[in-house]
Amino acid sequence: MSSKSILTPEMQKVVIRFSGDSGDGMQLTGDMFSQSSGQAGFDLTTTPDFPAEIRAPQGSVGGVSSFQIQIGGTEIYTPGDQVDVLVVMNPAALKANIGYLKPGGTIIADADSFNPRNLKKADYEENPLDDGTLEEYYIIRAPATSLTKEALKDLGLDTAAQVRSKNMFALGMVTFIFSQPLSRLVKFIEKKFAKKPALIEANVRALEAGFNFGYSIEATSTTVHIPPAKLPQGTYRNIDGNTAIAWGFLAAAERAGRKLSLCSYPITPASEILHELSARNDMGAIVFQAEDEIAAVCAAIGASFVGNLSITTTSGPGLSLKSEAMGLALISEIPLVIVDVQRAGPSTGLPTKTEQSDLNQALYGRHGDAPLVVLAASSPDDCFHLAYQAAKIAMEHMTPVILLSDTYLASGTSPWRIPDLTELPPITVPKFEGPPDQWESFMRDEEYLNRYWMHPGDAGFEHRIGGLEKKEGSGNLTYDPLNHERMTQLRAEKVQRVAGKLPDQQVYGADSGELLIVGWGSTHGSIHTALDELMQDGEKGVGFAHFNYINPLPSNTAEVFSRFKKILVCELNNGQFAGYLRTRFPQFTFGQYNKIQGQPFFASEIKAQIINALTE
Amino acid sequence: MPDIDVKVQATPRSRKDFVSDQAVRWCPGCGDYAILANMQKAFAQMDTPKEKFLSVSGIGCSSRITYYIDTFGIHSVHGRALAVATGAKLADPELNVWVFTGDGDSMAIGGNHFIHACRRNININVVIFNNKIYGMTKGQSSPTTPPGVKTKTAGDGSYENPFNIGEMAIASGATFYARVPDNDHKLLEHVMMEAYRHEGVSVIEVLQNCVIFTDGIHDLITGKDTKDDNQVLLEHGKPMIFGKEQKMGFKIDGFRIKEVPYDVNDPDFLVHDASVKDSTMHLALAKLELPEYPVAVGIIRNAQKQTFDQIVHQRIEDAMSRSETPTLQDLFRQGNTWELA
Repeated sequence: MSSKSILTPEMQKVVIRFSGDSGDGMQLTGDMFSQSSGQAGFDLTTTPDFPAEIRAPQGSVGGVSSFQIQIGGTEIYTPGDQVDVLVVMNPAALKANIGYLKPGGTIIADADSFNPRNLKKADYEENPLDDGTLEEYYIIRAPATSLTKEALKDLGLDTAAQVRSKNMFALGMVTFIFSQPLSRLVKFIEKKFAKKPALIEANVRALEAGFNFGYSIEATSTTVHIPPAKLPQGTYRNIDGNTAIAWGFLAAAERAGRKLSLCSYPITPASEILHELSARNDMGAIVFQAEDEIAAVCAAIGASFVGNLSITTTSGPGLSLKSEAMGLALISEIPLVIVDVQRAGPSTGLPTKTEQSDLNQALYGRHGDAPLVVLAASSPDDCFHLAYQAAKIAMEHMTPVILLSDTYLASGTSPWRIPDLTELPPITVPKFEGPPDQWESFMRDEEYLNRYWMHPGDAGFEHRIGGLEKKEGSGNLTYDPLNHERMTQLRAEKVQRVAGKLPDQQVYGADSGELLIVGWGSTHGSIHTALDELMQDGEKGVGFAHFNYINPLPSNTAEVFSRFKKILVCELNNGQFAGYLRTRFPQFTFGQYNKIQGQPFFASEIKAQIINALTE
Repeated sequence: MPDIDVKVQATPRSRKDFVSDQAVRWCPGCGDYAILANMQKAFAQMDTPKEKFLSVSGIGCSSRITYYIDTFGIHSVHGRALAVATGAKLADPELNVWVFTGDGDSMAIGGNHFIHACRRNININVVIFNNKIYGMTKGQSSPTTPPGVKTKTAGDGSYENPFNIGEMAIASGATFYARVPDNDHKLLEHVMMEAYRHEGVSVIEVLQNCVIFTDGIHDLITGKDTKDDNQVLLEHGKPMIFGKEQKMGFKIDGFRIKEVPYDVNDPDFLVHDASVKDSTMHLALAKLELPEYPVAVGIIRNAQKQTFDQIVHQRIEDAMSRSETPTLQDLFRQGNTWELA
């Protein structure tokens, strides 16, 4: 052991990365550690990182699967830039992840797996654990494979089954280092393997063996005792962004008293929403896996006309295919939510990586003058609330709504305080209450300009919708030039009036001053963390406005911008939100900070940009 | 729910109950008028409450029909009517759903949705107006244009291999397929009623005349003087006889169907069985083509199979009855949760 560990007993937050071969169970290990940490009262954020290939070659660098988690006694908004503790189950995992480790960080390595065969697969000529190249780190060489086998030898399992439990050995060690009890993990194992008692025993033994190994070798000079975070009172669980979106729609359907129809075509990284709601046919969800993206959005339009809360989910390439039909939903003025879980594009691009580059497509990607509502979620747990909001706006305002998420939110997790349904804002579906002869299909609510959602089953309200321009009020077909102009303006104005129901844009940090950082969507955590760190260092002149409502923008947006001398828009694309803000607010100057690498922002990058902008 | 059987109509409905207030704007003499009139007549006879009808169309001359029928209706996107209808039918399986489409709309841009609707056997009815041309876009070749027919995109005559709609439907799994000339009003209405009664996807191909671009394209099959020899009306359980004097019939000869003088005493003559599950003969009948054979009209296939919408909703019912998370709070709290005070 070369140098001293950077871990200290009084750390407020710590970043841990579990990594191994795809078959080593790192996602499960990480997930169990998250659950246990959440139950211990820490705030946390996690992110998985796994290969695009379903079965990459075993032991290869391309086949490494990782799971990163930041836990803390303060509020945690990101999975962390750099890693304090790196768990590597084989040489390939070390090679793929060593770049993430902080100088002085701890490596926990399964020393048994650093054999000539595995070293060769990872292209190491010498064993990096021994050749001095890792001198700046604190290495714990744990014979995880052999000690796991030893602990399990009398259970009657074959060698492969024994070795499969070595991830629990690693988890046991990490649990020891961070002074957490094993009891919660044991319960988790008992629940997960309830139908396979032999595996309960195997996994618990491996877990205990790892914990005891940490204890007996005094794995680090010290163990870490992070204080619990001060989160609001309530019942919590961990949730990923895609599950949160699915559940947000279930909640909205229930609150609106509508059935839920989901019509989708599989696409990474949105498919998990389709999977979750397919399983939720046990709660009445009507799910249709369509033959293509176009069929999916069209089926959702059909379901919407019939009166269901109707959703289609996709990613960027699928959104392109849906754009014609989105125009139909828009001119027909029916409620529809289109979820775009963005990935890095264009075309197939980097299909498993994150980006915010579908914003222009969401805002403008339709023929004709075709504005619709665009929302963006900030964090995995926020996905629940934004999905609920998207459904509420779609139904109350009779408009298609695009909800933007991305790969980072879809697969990341954060603790979510389970809401009581009555805490959620009510959803009032616009129905015409008078007799049919006083109703016309395109008559509107005076305040919000929405038409009424009359649908099959409403006797006497039979009417036709469609892609042809309708006469204002009656809904009859007409080519009247002035009517088309009027209807175009009405559709635009209807979207803008949604702002009347939106909360004011909030500013975190300084309320006015030198610099306003502007973000939207999934970058919230990195920017928030960067600003927190600067404020701890005494910075008082920087504010942070994070946008969830992209179109329409909150009513006070211009006023917020006017309170700062400089504005810097940070986003994971080539400047799309900045461009949008320039067209909306030509009176302000918008600086840009863009990252287009398929990766989220590091808080350190944002921090450097802020310092840069302040000193320019 | 009111304590009445909504299926009992207070007063008998007539065609007029399904006529909308929109002026019909097809070319004078267009075959679409006959389809519209017979559809409205058929609707009036169906046991569905008026507010539970849904008409869906795509784009093209055919697809304007939704504006002319007074039911709930969606005039949707080119080629996508079947997708819209699928979402609607799953959303409310009690709807009586009718899709109106053309040969371009259903066989070209909407071909994918057509084969998948047939494969799934969703309980909706599809009326295809087959005039073998793109009418609304003014005369381009469609996937059903016969070789040699001059079009705006094939001035020397169309040169692509056409689809046979019946073959497409049956091969894709359709459980009901009928072919009807637009001038046979009795058969149109009959087929529409049978399609309504059929549970599963019902495809009705109407040989529809376009007076502008392909006027007379079906004349050999539908013309007064030629139809007796050139069409064979298939009726379930009856021998397949045709010809002016009803003297011709079909036999199996080796690997193919053979046209021979009909003999009432010969048991080897083909008798139509629309309901047989195996679609081999239905495919063969749908493919009979001039000049070698008369063209089959009437209900060629009408077989029973569980429908897609029934399966989906049965699954939902079963899943709900054994659900471990009947309420949202159960769902949210399943798995690992923790309390923070």
